[in-house]
Amino acid sequence: MKSSVMRISNITMVGLRAIARNKMRSFLTALGIIIGVGCVIAVVAIGNGATKSVENTINSLGTNYIMLFPGAATSSGARMFTGNSTLTADDADAIKAECPAVAYVSPTVRAAAQIVAGELNWGTSIQGVSVDYPLIRSWNVSQGTFFSDQDVKGASKVCVLGTTVADNLFPDGEAAGQIVRIKNVPFKVLGVLEKKGGNMMGQDQDDTVIAPYTTVMKRLSGKTKIDMIQLSAVSADQVQQAQNEIDAVLRQRHRIAPNGDADFQMRSQEEIAQASGAQTAILRILLLVIAGISLLVGGIGIMNIMLVSVTERTREIGIRMAIGAKGRHVLLQFLFEAVTLAIVGGALGIALGIGASLAVKRFLQWPIVVTPASVALSFGVAAFVGIFFGYYPARKAAKLDPIDALRYE
Amino acid sequence: MVHEPNDPKKVIEIHGLTKVYEMGEVEVRALAGVDLLVDEGEFLAVMGPSGSGKSTLMNILGCLDRPTDGTYLLDGVDVSTLNRDERAVIRNAKIGFVFQSFNLLPRTSAAENVELPLIYGDLGWSRAERRKAAMDALFRVGLKGREHSHSSQLSGGQQQRVAIARALVTNPAMLLADEPTGNLDSRTSEEIIGIFQSLNDSGKTVVLITHEPDIAQHAKRVVTVRDGVIQNDEKIQQHRVGVRDNVSGIGPPVPAIAAEATS
Ligand SMILES: Nc1ncnc2c1ncn2[C@@H]1O[C@H](COP(=O)(O)OP(=O)(O)OP(=O)(O)O)[C@@H](O)[C@H]1O
Ligand SMILES: [Mg+2]
Repeated sequence: MKSSVMRISNITMVGLRAIARNKMRSFLTALGIIIGVGCVIAVVAIGNGATKSVENTINSLGTNYIMLFPGAATSSGARMFTGNSTLTADDADAIKAECPAVAYVSPTVRAAAQIVAGELNWGTSIQGVSVDYPLIRSWNVSQGTFFSDQDVKGASKVCVLGTTVADNLFPDGEAAGQIVRIKNVPFKVLGVLEKKGGNMMGQDQDDTVIAPYTTVMKRLSGKTKIDMIQLSAVSADQVQQAQNEIDAVLRQRHRIAPNGDADFQMRSQEEIAQASGAQTAILRILLLVIAGISLLVGGIGIMNIMLVSVTERTREIGIRMAIGAKGRHVLLQFLFEAVTLAIVGGALGIALGIGASLAVKRFLQWPIVVTPASVALSFGVAAFVGIFFGYYPARKAAKLDPIDALRYE
Repeated sequence: MVHEPNDPKKVIEIHGLTKVYEMGEVEVRALAGVDLLVDEGEFLAVMGPSGSGKSTLMNILGCLDRPTDGTYLLDGVDVSTLNRDERAVIRNAKIGFVFQSFNLLPRTSAAENVELPLIYGDLGWSRAERRKAAMDALFRVGLKGREHSHSSQLSGGQQQRVAIARALVTNPAMLLADEPTGNLDSRTSEEIIGIFQSLNDSGKTVVLITHEPDIAQHAKRVVTVRDGVIQNDEKIQQHRVGVRDNVSGIGPPVPAIAAEATS
């Protein structure tokens, strides 16, 4: 028993020496695995980062959050929006007044515009909301104040800037108290919002200007209907109750029978998260397929070089057999070589992948999440690839006839 | 076969050995009934013209191949019916091969080459014990000081010495050499044959295959094969003596080893 354990360790030494003897070729053999595993780690890290960031954004909506937008849900579940919004600010007021499960309500109007401050200008999106908005989004000002109910009622020309806008328009000074021009209308900046951080869908949540919805409708967009209503339920477990109450109030106001098609739709934070989760699942499957293909290519590379190596070393195999190596010693030696190459390649690939991920994080500012699970999995898969693709060449070596192998030139 | 108690031990005992190669329709009878007895401590040369069956015989003697028919007892063990793995064990324990083309592992030091059979063996030796045995074997063939040289840094004669050390290191029942001097000049051939002679003097059984009569004359007994049968078997009374001054097969090491090692 002792001697067979020792023999195994001797034979693994033999495999290691063979790798060390052919450093360049060993490296090239492992390169496929290095790149494959590196890709897997980097791509999974970026994918995880994206998912995490979307999740964070959705979570930051708060568990009480409900979105209400115009347009009917058809029987197929798709949202139909004809372009004519059916929601008004009065709907919002009615909901606030009549639904006990609803805590805060903000009509929301959107417009895109160029903001000018002195010499500087910045293109961004303007959101018209009510004073409830900071409470719904738990988003406070870090500088100055938010606008008041008075400002909303009087459609005052006031606004609050997201940090991205504030940084770009007032790079070296307080934004609060300054004047900006939006579509030639002067707006007084009341404050700057706290930094929210980016989200992954190509949007920067801080790249925005918030103004009273009345002002946006009157001065900027000229719309009479609102784009959507954002709300929050009094608590997370009241979200369903709130949705039922809103449904009843709006059907009554829009004169829609309880069994008729509604001209509005609601999404709770949970539903938004589910929809995004489904997208993420597709992304994950795609990434796994890419990862699988790159490891397959790496594995075929190992098999290819191992086959060449077996042919090249036929004579060596013959010598080893002549002096007493059994078929399985030769099999183990070549298998061990293949697995070592795969594992070392896997380890280098992990380092490469983490390095690439960090570079992406540093230079592209993308969020990156390297999970131990993806590292462990790639490592395991690399070892498996080594065994799987190393087995055939190793068996070929083990089956050589010593007489033929010795005669091989 | 009944042996007298004081008969010398038989290393090779072959009866009615045949080897037939099937090549499609054609059958080649490479060995057509060989009987051969070799005692422990003999130095046997096998001669014969090309195609007579020398290599075929050597492959079977070396347990690289199996006879089609007949029996072969090696060191008292019937090896004619062993399978692949069993033959590998026998090769490792009982046979030391020396080939015409040296057959050392490339990019591997002399000491590592010599250690190789011990790695596959059953002795259960530690690394240090294996290294020591390899050093001793290299010393016996006069290669002290060149343990760490790779084959590309050694002359043909030195490479063949490494190969002999590798054959010796497991202390096998016999050394089996196939044209060991075929790739060497005559002076170096004399040295190599001298090593075999001194090893034989110290009791090692040697079977040497050659087609050079000069080389065969160094053995104590010459067997001639022709068309797959043994045609002639003679003892050599006055065998030639090879160059013996720089090996230590017997007796204390000779000072000339150092000179050889640095040359
Ligand atoms: N693997 C094989 N398949 C078929 N025939 C073979 C095989 N090996 C040897 N032979 C035949 O067996 C006969 C004996 O060959 P062998 O190689 O033993 O001769 P040899 O005495 O070693 O010759 P040489 O001195 O040229 O090496 C030859 O006719 C050869 O063609
Ligand atoms: Mg031959």
